[in-house]
Amino acid sequence: MGVELSTTRLEDAAKWAKQSLLERGSNWGRKFSLFTYPFVTACCGMEFMSVAGPKYDLARFGAEFPRFSPRQSDLLMIVGTITEKQGPALKRVFDQMAEPKWVIAFGVCASTGGFYQNYHAMPGCDQVIPVDVYIPGCPPRPEQVLDAIILLMDRIQHGRGHSQLRTKREDLIAAEREE
Amino acid sequence: MAKQVLDALTAKFPHAVDRTEMTYGDEVAWIKRDHLVEVAKWLRDELGFVFPVFVTAIDRLDWKPIGLPPSEHWNEDKPRFEVAYQLRSKTNQRLRLKIAAPEQDPRVPSLAELWPAFNWQERETFDMYGIRFDGHPDLRRIYLYEEFVGYPLRKDYPKEKRQPLVRRDDLALNPLKKEVR
Repeated sequence: MGVELSTTRLEDAAKWAKQSLLERGSNWGRKFSLFTYPFVTACCGMEFMSVAGPKYDLARFGAEFPRFSPRQSDLLMIVGTITEKQGPALKRVFDQMAEPKWVIAFGVCASTGGFYQNYHAMPGCDQVIPVDVYIPGCPPRPEQVLDAIILLMDRIQHGRGHSQLRTKREDLIAAEREE
Repeated sequence: MAKQVLDALTAKFPHAVDRTEMTYGDEVAWIKRDHLVEVAKWLRDELGFVFPVFVTAIDRLDWKPIGLPPSEHWNEDKPRFEVAYQLRSKTNQRLRLKIAAPEQDPRVPSLAELWPAFNWQERETFDMYGIRFDGHPDLRRIYLYEEFVGYPLRKDYPKEKRQPLVRRDDLALNPLKKEVR
């Protein structure tokens, strides 16, 4: 199985050169039209609002439009603590989103469980769904969030998001089987 | 002020009141659990304790506070749980009713019929400590899920024991895991 799951920037540049025009164009379109589904459960939501608001202005990156239906969104922002009881709901929301989809764990609680090392808190939402970008901080500064968005856009352009890799991988496996 | 309430309570129900004490300015009456409902009903109807403040439980397992003699420490012979009902009257008096519940039989009569606000709080106490409230109309877990085993705020519950409902065992979701295979 020859699928690279982690690559260096240099390899990315080589891939970029190899990408077809269609792939390059569609990824370019995807990265500038991220429709966000804010899965806001806790106090990090205040910081999310400030990022989405006019001062830090997430709209500059084309991600300003929160859709409150997972079926219309392609960026799942998990903002706040995820409890074990919320796990099935979170997985269901993720499953309802259309491919390709990306996930950002916003804040330390969503990334690792944070200081909730006890019976009710999930130790990071990556226990349930794959996460593309983790943002540390309790809560993160808006600049960190913008940095994460830029990082994610970079990943999308190079086709390195979890869901893009998965699709590519499935295509390769299918091609291999046909041979 | 509420000292009079304690005295009136002891005079009215000498068989029901174990002992009374003042802790940090709060009046506490230890009630035998068989007589809790009649005492509470009398307090509400006759003395005007109409406001339910909270109900909670205390787990005294291995309770060894610094500065208290060893006779005060918890041991196997003492009841493990205490259930505390905090009440407030129309004349702003505070009164706490405490009921001791042993580990093998953690049952306490429910006051949800007298003060409906205690309904959910008793469910929470049941959820976290496993105290059974006799006569409660709907004693189910309120915060945790039905699949949860045990009572997390008991002292003998492991501190970081989680009981997950869902995990990423689906390998199709996790390309990294699939690659390692």
